[in-house]
Amino acid sequence: MADMMTVRLKVNGVAHEGRCEPRKLLVDFIREDLGLTGTHVGCEHGICGACTIIVNGESARSCIMLAVQADGAELMTVEGLMQDGKLHPLQEAFREHHGLQCGFCTPGMLMTALDFLRTNPSPSDREIREGISAVLCRCTGYQGIVNAVRAAAATLRGGR
Amino acid sequence: MTDPRSVGPAALPRLVGARVARREDPRLLTGQGSYVDDHRPARLLYAAFLRSPQAHARIVAIDASAALALPGVTAVLTGEEIARASKPVRAASKTPAVKVTSFPPLALGKVRHVGEAVAMIAAESRYVAEDAVERIVVEYEPLPPITDMERALEAASPLVHEEAGTNLLVAREFARGDVDAALASAAVVVRERFRFHRHTAICMENRGCLAEYATGSGTLTLRSSAQCPGIVRDVLTDLLDMPEHQIRVIAEDVGGGFGAKASLYPEEIATCVMARRLGRPVKWIGDRREDLLATTHAWDEIIDAELGLDRDGAIVGLRAQVTADIGAYSIYPWTAAIEPVQTISFLPGPYRVPTYRGRTRGVATCKTPLGPYRGVGRPPAVFVIEGLMDRAARRLGLDPTEIRLRNFIRDEDFPYKSPSGIVWDRASFTASLLRAREAMDYDAVRAEQARARAAGRWLGIGVASYVELTGIGSAIPVAPGVPIATGTEAATIRVDPAGKVTAVFGVASHGQGLETTLAQIVADEVGVPIEDIRVLHGDTALSPYGTGTYASRSLVLAGGAAIMAGRAVREKMLTIAGHLLEADPADLVPAAGRLAVRGMPDRSVTVREIARAAYTGVKQLPKGLEPGLEATRFYDPYYGTASNATHLAVVEVDRATCHVSVLRYLVVEDCGRMVNPLIVDGQVHGGVAQGLGAALLEEIVHDEHGQLLSGTLMDYVVPSACEVPWMEVHHLETPSPVTLGGFRGMGEGGTIGAPAAIANAVADALAPLGVEVAELPVTPERIFRLVSRGR
Repeated sequence: MADMMTVRLKVNGVAHEGRCEPRKLLVDFIREDLGLTGTHVGCEHGICGACTIIVNGESARSCIMLAVQADGAELMTVEGLMQDGKLHPLQEAFREHHGLQCGFCTPGMLMTALDFLRTNPSPSDREIREGISAVLCRCTGYQGIVNAVRAAAATLRGGR
Repeated sequence: MTDPRSVGPAALPRLVGARVARREDPRLLTGQGSYVDDHRPARLLYAAFLRSPQAHARIVAIDASAALALPGVTAVLTGEEIARASKPVRAASKTPAVKVTSFPPLALGKVRHVGEAVAMIAAESRYVAEDAVERIVVEYEPLPPITDMERALEAASPLVHEEAGTNLLVAREFARGDVDAALASAAVVVRERFRFHRHTAICMENRGCLAEYATGSGTLTLRSSAQCPGIVRDVLTDLLDMPEHQIRVIAEDVGGGFGAKASLYPEEIATCVMARRLGRPVKWIGDRREDLLATTHAWDEIIDAELGLDRDGAIVGLRAQVTADIGAYSIYPWTAAIEPVQTISFLPGPYRVPTYRGRTRGVATCKTPLGPYRGVGRPPAVFVIEGLMDRAARRLGLDPTEIRLRNFIRDEDFPYKSPSGIVWDRASFTASLLRAREAMDYDAVRAEQARARAAGRWLGIGVASYVELTGIGSAIPVAPGVPIATGTEAATIRVDPAGKVTAVFGVASHGQGLETTLAQIVADEVGVPIEDIRVLHGDTALSPYGTGTYASRSLVLAGGAAIMAGRAVREKMLTIAGHLLEADPADLVPAAGRLAVRGMPDRSVTVREIARAAYTGVKQLPKGLEPGLEATRFYDPYYGTASNATHLAVVEVDRATCHVSVLRYLVVEDCGRMVNPLIVDGQVHGGVAQGLGAALLEEIVHDEHGQLLSGTLMDYVVPSACEVPWMEVHHLETPSPVTLGGFRGMGEGGTIGAPAAIANAVADALAPLGVEVAELPVTPERIFRLVSRGR
């Protein structure tokens, strides 16, 4: 077995330290070593986007990053979206607009949308489609997701 | 004490028909779903499979010693070893049309497709398991690959299954009247060789399973990303020679299924065998490459079809032959017949077809097995019949909507028996098309098309109408001759002493929102708020007997069972309430969480009081009434019912790049009484997106050696949000006259209609060039070739 390396990082504001092989994927580290199973693995080649998380403030695919690359980083996963027992406006909007069915792409979709709305708070529908095209959803045909992101954008603008 | 809101029936709004937000969403939105891979019991071992790099080869020797020598590797399993622990799978059929062949869990003697599982490793981590897989040495003796379905039928072709003596595993014919005479005297005959290429479902969650064997009690628990936990449990009983009540199959949250997770898979058997052998939990989670190699593929058919019409555009006869590349194995339980037989059965569509001869063939090749995928047979069938209708319309100078209106099965024809023997109950073929025309402002779009054409643009309008059999009961097997119980489902509804309701079902939800829709039905029938109901599903140890979710059946069958069980519980509640209130149960009226005497709102009891009485016993219950407050009921819709729809697509083909943009997409669907329009819309949207992928983007490609060329999501292209248009969905609600609740199943329809509508729209766009679309997906490359030929 290869030498184990220490990885120290913050996830959703909580500091973690773990030891893993240098080849371990970040998503496997998050799911297996940290026990945060909300982030999903869909393709392991960086296409489907189900594993998308926020790394140092920007969305990234945790299936094509190594855990050791995230040493010292601040991560946010879907588990960090809910605050004080309340759903985030994006989560609320996804529920209201039926933006999810099987739920498997949903964590990656939420994190992608979160990053997208940070960079583009007032998007057109075309921009929303481009923004979320980094994540594949096989259930919804994207219509409920587009509606949800548009609604969440309005809520987030109003709330700030 | 009396809440005025609780008086009178109006106090309890009916939930069936309401856009109720989904009850499963909060856990899925917060990362608290419970998919197979989220479970890690103590002492877990991780599995990986060695998969065949050859399409067809004899296995001479397997040497796993180097793999076993690797630290962290616990065990290896090969075909010969697993054959001592599990029977091979044999998907039986009662019809002689199907030749039964074996599907070993791990290749035995020879491999029959690239990606077939050859050996299994169990190790302390997935990483080590994959290292070990690389160290297994297999000596193969190559055999000629069989990759072309038509050449596989030649007498000189090598055989995929020697035991069958032929590669023709399925052959069936349906006939009505003298179609040869009808076509000979028809005013117009249109014919085409259609090609619907190989596709696959691409569930965002890859397949996976986790088996635990308790040596002390002899019980096996399998968590699986399965649509059909009941079917898997039943077959494991036979394969592993274990009593049924000792096997529990759980399918909690499942990340999409679309039919591709409705079959038994070799990895499920191997994982169970490994866990039983080692006495430790074993988990296998497939990766995307394994999904593309070893999850069932779909459709892949050549359809030669001829349609004859009289001078007025009325169909006089339809003659067709379907040839399906069913791949290397006949999958359990549906058999190799499900796709080709379904295609030929549904080819006549929603039309009056007086004479018909449909032949179908399923041919074994060295490719991934063909299995059910959203629509099963009907996406190709509708592509063919709707393509022929358009060709006929062009020949006769009729508008494509007009020729359909002239041929639909009319209201006075119902129930109508199709030439393949399917009986259609009341449907809204004509109404759906008229509504679609009106909603789109069809004439205006045609006028716009004329202007676009005059300006040199390739703009087209496509129409597709279809009917799909759903909610199939016990009179018809879901796949030809399969000896399993696909026609019934059950519900157990239990009110606990606190007045809360648990409803348990044998069906399984993998995105359809059944925890919401079934709760809506239970709420209405039992008369309690939806917040007081919990729906459990997808666990054979909890539920009454059932098979699972497939073939657009769950809302019809489980919903019907929910109505029956809910009414039984309700009746008992009324009896007990009448006793407690000293009133005639017929005089009681529902209110929120209580029952009151009509006109006397002060005289009421809460559901909780009724429930407590039910369990307290003799002093609170009418004489002779059995204590308890629960009911289990089984429902069998017998023949089943049908849904129908008309799809309209407007597309533009870019003259420079041959790229197709879908500019408008409109659906008018009729799934009978809607339980939750929010969910119905979502099913249509998702189905259309998959149909769009099938029509324009997605294709499983093999080379002549049987090597998969589309083994990543960069090569197998599923639509992203940018390719999918805004979809406009309209509903007709023709309650089914033959199902409880009037529900019709509707999970597949979007995928059935969209390939045909888009193909017809592309053909319409290119019509001035005199070319036809006969092959799907109609990629830019194929359009370029068509256009080059047309010019």
